Amino acid sequence: MRPSFWQRLDRFARDLTPFALTFVLLVINAVPMQIPGFAQVAPLLPMIGIYFWAVYRPDLMPAAAVFLIGILHDFLSGLPVGVSALTFLLVYGVGMAQRTFFFGKSFIIVWIGFMLVGAGAVTFEWLVLSVVNGNLIEARSAFYQYGLTAALFPILAWLFTRWQQTFLQVE
Amino acid sequence: MNDHERSITRVAAPVRTFAQRFAYIGLIVAAAMLMLVGKMEPAAFERARAQVTDAIAPILDAVSRPMDAIHDMIGEGKTLLALRAENTKLQAERDRLLQWQGVARNLEAENKALRELLNFVPASDADTVSARVIGDAGGAFARTLILNAGARAGVRKGQAVITGAGLVGRVQEVGLRSSRLLLLADLNSRVPVLIESSRVRGVVAGTNGETLRLLHLPPDSLAEPGDRIVTSGHGGALPAGLPVGIVAAVSESGIEVKPFVDPTRLEIVRVLDYGLDGILEFKAGNDPDKTRSR
Repeated sequence: MRPSFWQRLDRFARDLTPFALTFVLLVINAVPMQIPGFAQVAPLLPMIGIYFWAVYRPDLMPAAAVFLIGILHDFLSGLPVGVSALTFLLVYGVGMAQRTFFFGKSFIIVWIGFMLVGAGAVTFEWLVLSVVNGNLIEARSAFYQYGLTAALFPILAWLFTRWQQTFLQVE
Repeated sequence: MNDHERSITRVAAPVRTFAQRFAYIGLIVAAAMLMLVGKMEPAAFERARAQVTDAIAPILDAVSRPMDAIHDMIGEGKTLLALRAENTKLQAERDRLLQWQGVARNLEAENKALRELLNFVPASDADTVSARVIGDAGGAFARTLILNAGARAGVRKGQAVITGAGLVGRVQEVGLRSSRLLLLADLNSRVPVLIESSRVRGVVAGTNGETLRLLHLPPDSLAEPGDRIVTSGHGGALPAGLPVGIVAAVSESGIEVKPFVDPTRLEIVRVLDYGLDGILEFKAGNDPDKTRSR
């Protein structure tokens, strides 16, 4: 049976949520927390969203959406335009490529995967910015930022999983 | 699924994967191109950046208010606990400051008399715009804040942003209702300064770390730990005499300056309008280094 207009609209709205949730993470990332030194080490929330959806529902998070999130992140954070877009796209690409490997594996494996990909992404971003800037930039806060991001992954992944079970239809 | 549909999927699936892969690589190339454009022409994305920040500013403004309120409440509680100790400390400080006030009054009178003798042209008084910090999205590699005042409130590019303690940074981009503040610690921040006691000129540059770096001092000049650094007003960008920081360490690798303002806890800042033109506009063909160090 052909779905009615409202059913299709409903489906469309639900399918849009992975992108919308990642966008919300992007905005949350920009809110000043008023904790000394926190802004520099604040976890890179959008990266968690991108990796999660790349592994579990890449059909709902196309590369163009990842690109858009990256560009918006660059605009908001004051980084050179394109840096985060490139980094997020690489995270997305690796997540996508490894998703058949993650299929059916326990969550710990996916988390370890995120740690590896995240380490690569932060190092990549640091390298690119060092090249753009012409000398090696201080990376201590990036290191802490990476630690916090990796630590926060299970919490957000749990929320996303619940969201997926409740609102998103299977592929 | 009938045979016809199945054959379509059989043909369509590889084509789709190919298209997806192509799109992915295309986007990666696009991101790299954007970076290249941004590197060659730093002002290229300024408008787009300001517009995006402008669009998100109302959300950030709304969300940051309860955050500020919670933070204020915690602060209130802490003050109540420390009230007695604070009182004794403040009384001691007041006695000391009263002495200084006397000194300052004498100096002011003397200064006024001397200025009259010299027909000195005083610097114009500044108008200030108070703005709330609504965004702090810099992360590990950029040091910028988003303010909730923009062109409508009179904020213009290049203006100095201060708190009671000293210079915070300067306005990098202006939208209609928001603006971006480039903190002193950002890698792109360059501020013309002088050492207060010796009047030696230099430039304070951000390092992405907690301390700043004092560069371009004349070769024979010396800086010592404890020297106060203030803006020099050169380049027409910032008013002279704003406190920037204090020399923390002098070593082979350079002179480290600790800024007076800790930018991690800012809620309200003041944007100074001295009627200066902001940064100097460099025409094409000039030293590219200068155009970059906005």
